[in-house]
Amino acid sequence: MELELAGIPTMPVHTQPFARLAQSVARANGMPRARQAYVPQPLVGRSPSELRAYVDGADPISKRPFMQEVIEGLTKPLSPEDLEGLSFERSTPRLLEPDTRENLHELFRQNRWTDMLPIVLPTEERVAAMLKGTSIPADRIVGKMRPTAFREFWQFDVEKIAVNAVMAGAKPEYFPVILAMMASGITARSSSTTSFATISVVNGPIRDQIGMNAGIGALGPYNHANSTIGRAFSLACQNLQGGSTPNETFMGTLGNFLGYTACFAENEERSPWAPFHVDEGFKASDSTVSVFFGGWYTQSGYGPRDSWKEKFIRCLTATEFYQQPLIVMDPIVARGFVDRGFTKQSLIHWCADNAKLPARDYWDDQWSQTLTLPHAVAGIEPYASRLKAKPDELVSIFMPEDIKIVVTGGETQGAFKMFGGRYAGRGPGTFNRENPTVLIDAWR
Amino acid sequence: MSIRIAVHDPRGYPPVVIGKRLAPRLDSLDGKLVGLVDCLFDNSDVFMEQLRLWLAEHLPGVRTKVFKPKASWTDDPEMRAAIAAETDAAILGVGL
Repeated sequence: MELELAGIPTMPVHTQPFARLAQSVARANGMPRARQAYVPQPLVGRSPSELRAYVDGADPISKRPFMQEVIEGLTKPLSPEDLEGLSFERSTPRLLEPDTRENLHELFRQNRWTDMLPIVLPTEERVAAMLKGTSIPADRIVGKMRPTAFREFWQFDVEKIAVNAVMAGAKPEYFPVILAMMASGITARSSSTTSFATISVVNGPIRDQIGMNAGIGALGPYNHANSTIGRAFSLACQNLQGGSTPNETFMGTLGNFLGYTACFAENEERSPWAPFHVDEGFKASDSTVSVFFGGWYTQSGYGPRDSWKEKFIRCLTATEFYQQPLIVMDPIVARGFVDRGFTKQSLIHWCADNAKLPARDYWDDQWSQTLTLPHAVAGIEPYASRLKAKPDELVSIFMPEDIKIVVTGGETQGAFKMFGGRYAGRGPGTFNRENPTVLIDAWR
Repeated sequence: MSIRIAVHDPRGYPPVVIGKRLAPRLDSLDGKLVGLVDCLFDNSDVFMEQLRLWLAEHLPGVRTKVFKPKASWTDDPEMRAAIAAETDAAILGVGL
């Protein structure tokens, strides 16, 4: 659209499933009559001749020849409506029209303001009570969020977050954690076709103060704070960023169970290592929440047994490596690595040194081609060296700073998991390195 | 009769949308330079090449030049400036 504003007639081409999204984005950018053309899905994996058939064929939306759409889009004179653009304000009122509880529950479901599980209606009394969980004024703008990089940002204040926290069933004492998560600016409701979610880790004294679980079942539905904090974050993201509606503001083809709730505390007391937030430069007495973006894959295992190196290499190289691993391990596993002479950092370095794939396999990947290849071609390391490698040559798939370890669990089993968990902050891009750990104490 | 209650709207604050004009269209593509923008999604380069070949075969009077942004999913103002300075029209693919 910037090119149109610069006076260059433009025809964006999209694949068919993105038609509603493309039209919605155009409208939200004040250019609802922006001309678009469509080809069938998918593009990935199609041969040149198959893609030529797309070009020779029909636009699946207009049913007219694709190239006719493209050429007319660049040459057909503009109508008066094309020249006007569209200015508008969308207001979201503070309060909805009063109605019965039953009707309001139905309204929230119909408007996709829920996660399709029952919610607590955000009455004025409940929201006021939630606001007592923080000293921050209700009208303080906390941040802005959007489902993906090409959409518009929506803003939100403390009260709007409180509304969603009430809906999730959270208690006021959890509210500073939820505020801090929203202040990260990282959305738990990405619109990506890859169905990303987030995983949030709480560190510091607030874990005990609000009764979070870092013991048996820390990642499961066994603790009110863990469950409702994660759910509040998910609901707040979808409602405060302008929605998460399939085919419009959500395009994840499979979806993600972690989208319901994914928040736990680190078991700092039983870990042999420094807590995660201390690794990241915070004091042990600080309370923080760290938001990892991803949750796309999960590898699991036990140990460390004698064959742990082979197991770890299999797990690490089986990851979708554009998503760096968040390794979550029971204290038994962490102590097992200590017994084998590892510190947390030396284990991370071992993982980075040994997680390798043949260059052929590394580059035969949708995300390597899309995200990494432009950097490699531009000569940026380490990607450039990976591109120069011979097809059978082993290349590293992670850098040490990509890999994070958190210790939690109840010591009933020496179990670990590796989640897709990008610890880099907001937005796309290989080099984005915002700090996704937020100090909760600033939101008390 | 059920009691009616007031509850908060859970949505955030959307930005004001300012209408924007489309660029004037060309009378014809003949003799014009059309920028073909490869958005760097997997296989979009192959698609854009097929589109370029179609133009070369069916509209030989149309000149084309391929542009690529520095990275996918990020705005590239330098590339946009080059397209605006050099071309008469642009086809972007495959965008979303």
